[in-house]
Amino acid sequence: MKIKNPVKRKLLQIAAFGFSNFHIGNFKGGELYTGAWKKFCNPGLNCYSCPAASFACPIGALQAVSGSTNYNFSFYVIGFLLAVGILFGRFICGWFCPFGLIQELINKIPSPKIRLWKGFKLIKYIILVIFVLLLPIVATNYMGMGKPAFCQFICPAGTLEGGIPLLSAHSELRQTIGFLFSLKMFILIATILGCIFIYRFFCKTLCPLGAIYGLMNRISIYHLKVDKNKCISCGKCAQICKMEVNPVKTPNSAECIRCGACASVCPKNAIYLSFFSSKYKNKNKKNNQAINESEHTCFETLNK
Amino acid sequence: MNEKLKTAVQIGIAIIAVIFIIYGVNREENETVLNKAVNICFECIGLG
Repeated sequence: MKIKNPVKRKLLQIAAFGFSNFHIGNFKGGELYTGAWKKFCNPGLNCYSCPAASFACPIGALQAVSGSTNYNFSFYVIGFLLAVGILFGRFICGWFCPFGLIQELINKIPSPKIRLWKGFKLIKYIILVIFVLLLPIVATNYMGMGKPAFCQFICPAGTLEGGIPLLSAHSELRQTIGFLFSLKMFILIATILGCIFIYRFFCKTLCPLGAIYGLMNRISIYHLKVDKNKCISCGKCAQICKMEVNPVKTPNSAECIRCGACASVCPKNAIYLSFFSSKYKNKNKKNNQAINESEHTCFETLNK
Repeated sequence: MNEKLKTAVQIGIAIIAVIFIIYGVNREENETVLNKAVNICFECIGLG
């Protein structure tokens, strides 16, 4: 039995969510997992202050290393992001990101769905440069330590996955709540509301990890290809795309999360998602052979 | 971008990524990541 693409994707998303948040028992006591696996980064966005988190958040780790007294640049985290980005691009966002799954589930709430103004999609690049790359290095204290500005002032994933569970479990932490927590709760509520009406609102507008992977979409090994000879320009792929991408015009758009919805809906099977161009060429060759054979049979029948 | 150039860029970035990771581990950046990740990050939860 062949599993349909949307079901396959949802199953993988759930598996990735479970794998990234393996230590569910920690929610009860409000403790964090402290094992050696936290040396490794999660490919998707998942707060490492979430009691269940198995790995480190790559964006948090990037800021933590570059803001520490010992280093100004994280070769380890940048290397990890380059490796994941060059292999998969934003495929990670579509299939493995825990916060992406949360947003998709929120978007299931019945409501009118609206399209996002294109300009808003640039905000995530500004956030990446200012809050993730610059502020942890530039805004330092007398000891030379910078703070993770994105985590501190913006990240709604941290508030949802780390803040709320930890504050619920620790009464002593609740006494320290101030303006900053109110600001982060406001951003979280705005994000949730945004996700109800706009598919993956956070991914489109605010996510610096999505910005990094998106920039690598053009050159990532896993890529989307459109066979222009087969395409009949019916527009079904652009119509179904919830990330508001037209795969025919921009198959490797920075917004494409490689969910595969366009490939599933294409009536001519003209859209491929693959690691290798050769696979695409072979498929094409087979299809052309099949067409030639059927044409040959038709001619033979006519001649008779 | 033609296919050959794209492949060269992919290989180049993959090599840089591996070198960065090895160099980062060598100067114990992963220990800094671990240290941050196993303690409650007050900034992340909105208290820092």
